[in-house]
Amino acid sequence: MSGNQTSTRAAETPKGRGLLYFAIMAVLIVIVGQFQSWNVALSILSLCLISSIMALGVNIQWGYAGLFNVGVMGFAALGGLATVLVSMPPVPAAWAAGGPGVLASLAMGAITICGAIFIYRKMPKGRLRGFALLAVCLGGYFVTRHYFGISTDAVESVDPALTGYLGGLGLPVLLAWPVGGLFAGLAAWVVGKISLGLRSDYLAIATLGISEIIVAVMKHEDWLARGVKNVNGLPRPVPYEINLQQAEWFLELAAKLGQDPVTFSSIFVKLCYVLLFTVVLLGILWLSERALHSPWGRMMRAIRDNEVSAAAMGKNVTARHLQVFVLGSIVVGIAGAMLTTLDGQMTPASYQPLRFTFLIWVMVIVGGSGNNWGAVLGGFVIWFFWIEAEPIGLWLMETLTSAMPEDSSLRAHLVDSAAHMRLMTMGAILLLVLRFSPRGLLPER
Amino acid sequence: MEILNAFVLLANFVLVPAIAYGSQLALGALGVTLIYGILRFSNFAHGDTMAFGTMVVILFTWWFQSMGLHLGPLPTALLALPFGIAACAVFVLGTDRLVYRFYRQQKTAPVIYVIASVGVMFILNGIVRFAIGTEDQQFADGARFIVKAGEFKRMTGLDEGLAIKASQALTVVTAVLVVAALFWFLNRTRTGKSMRAYSDNEDLALLSGINPDRVVAVTWILAATMATIAGTLYGLDKSFKPFTYFQLLLPIFASAIVGGLGSPLGAIAGGFVIAFSEVMVTYAYKKFLAYLVPADWWAPDSLMQLLATDYKFAVSFIILVLVLLFRPTGLFAGKSV
Repeated sequence: MSGNQTSTRAAETPKGRGLLYFAIMAVLIVIVGQFQSWNVALSILSLCLISSIMALGVNIQWGYAGLFNVGVMGFAALGGLATVLVSMPPVPAAWAAGGPGVLASLAMGAITICGAIFIYRKMPKGRLRGFALLAVCLGGYFVTRHYFGISTDAVESVDPALTGYLGGLGLPVLLAWPVGGLFAGLAAWVVGKISLGLRSDYLAIATLGISEIIVAVMKHEDWLARGVKNVNGLPRPVPYEINLQQAEWFLELAAKLGQDPVTFSSIFVKLCYVLLFTVVLLGILWLSERALHSPWGRMMRAIRDNEVSAAAMGKNVTARHLQVFVLGSIVVGIAGAMLTTLDGQMTPASYQPLRFTFLIWVMVIVGGSGNNWGAVLGGFVIWFFWIEAEPIGLWLMETLTSAMPEDSSLRAHLVDSAAHMRLMTMGAILLLVLRFSPRGLLPER
Repeated sequence: MEILNAFVLLANFVLVPAIAYGSQLALGALGVTLIYGILRFSNFAHGDTMAFGTMVVILFTWWFQSMGLHLGPLPTALLALPFGIAACAVFVLGTDRLVYRFYRQQKTAPVIYVIASVGVMFILNGIVRFAIGTEDQQFADGARFIVKAGEFKRMTGLDEGLAIKASQALTVVTAVLVVAALFWFLNRTRTGKSMRAYSDNEDLALLSGINPDRVVAVTWILAATMATIAGTLYGLDKSFKPFTYFQLLLPIFASAIVGGLGSPLGAIAGGFVIAFSEVMVTYAYKKFLAYLVPADWWAPDSLMQLLATDYKFAVSFIILVLVLLFRPTGLFAGKSV
């Protein structure tokens, strides 16, 4: 009797509920491991971990401060770009051909922008200032573009089938994760500086725009990261299967566990990734929790709940918004770099807004906006169902259409379209949670 | 003669396409701005609403074509347009009833509406891809050109031709008619006046006995009409691809904000500002300059293109940023809060 009561009470407290949900998630992943394969289960788990980190980043922006960022994709893509720029070996021939030119023209572009800002700030308002601004902007643009074009053409013509880009710095790939965060943070600072302090929709539209542009730049600037030719074979932070299979200690370990060395090596590699990602997730989660429960976190929530009274208390609302927007984007950038590291390749065409922006939003809303554990849970739940919805949807469609004749074109169309069901399901989940349980699975305390 | 050639060249590749594109953007931005003025949120589902309406138009067009129905030189899509508008209007009224009405009654913050519209966008996206697929669809038929480049050359004796596609002319004519009808509706009819009153001051409008449900329903129907017409014209002019319509969201929002959110006149101006900047910035001026400047004096060695076509979205974004920095209320002083 009393044991029964305690268990119900445990399920009612927020902590108990969270534990229960995470336990269910663990069981689901174990089921996939047992019935599909452990390889699949571990891939899902590592992507769940990365999605959770992205969701944490969005939760910092939305849950703490109520900022609607529609450009998650762009910040994640910057993280991916950082992976290439940090970890790939440099291409000496390309550097010799156009490296200094590219750097010089980028510096020239920066000088133009700084010059324009300087003129805008220092010159008296009037027609003269307008002409000066126009002259500096146009002149700077044409000069920069001319030299930039020459240098990038030189870089891109260096062995285009294999390289055709400047390459990276050849540093350890783990270093790319904080650098990815840095890139995303810088982009967020620029966007936030422009659009924060205006009405809330403007930030949404500005972030939508910047993310499209970031991905467009990555697709078309071949000298930077080979564009749509993709960068393959990124260095790994974990050992390669083939090396493991030849290592003495690994073979002994596999023999001790009674596993086939080949399959065990791939599981071992995946386990290494899971371990790395878990460390990062726990670190970021710890920091986020500390921040949320500090005076700073209380101030952020006070601003979110009532901007006017927070401003009256002397809080600089726009500056705090900018701060929290940059912090959240840094977390998204780190997650983006981790994702590219896991994939081992950078494919700009894979950055789709539905997958990288709106799916993350569904995670945050479903998990529980404002609650870090909720965002993590949302990342797990939504990613799991996003992956598993495809086999389930396909199975459902095949079952539903099994009564139709084998060669029916309608049947083929329905089975082919099962993939699009995922979009509808995600939309429906988002709308239903927003409507009937707006506080999410794990509500904010 | 050289100067004339240069300007015909510019008209052919900049003026005509930009006017057509601008009309399409203006119609799209009108929908966004109407929703913004009355319901007070930025509707992220608008691009996909356009795709949905256009999809229905395409399906009806194919059906009419298979029955042998034609409009002669005009595209069959015009015949299918009313059905598309009706289906789209029913759909958006349904989403309003199921999704947005609840938040309106709760007087929720605008950002929640925006997130809800993202959910609606997902669903619309799924429906469109489910029904018609993700591929490019061509559904234009009827006459291809009103003025052909070859005929123009023969008539004028110039080296450069001017081609006007039927879809471009149709776009401009339709846009003018629709905009005229919309402004007549907003300024002259009782319902239109009540809509403007509601947009200006909600409480005062409610006090004077305006029925908010009716205003909202009419707004949605108008937005759906605009979206379907804009989407169909864009599809006739270029081609129909669901993802392109999602991407149109950025230039459409930029147009609405440049003009001033909530101002219909601004939306039209904004649409043309964005369209002209996009086409002018991505046009390669090499040939144009070659006509104006004698070859022995200076010959351009590059394409003389300000920005590669790949970055046309950057143009709307840069204009958006400039407006946000220097004039957040837009050209026609729309709402800024």
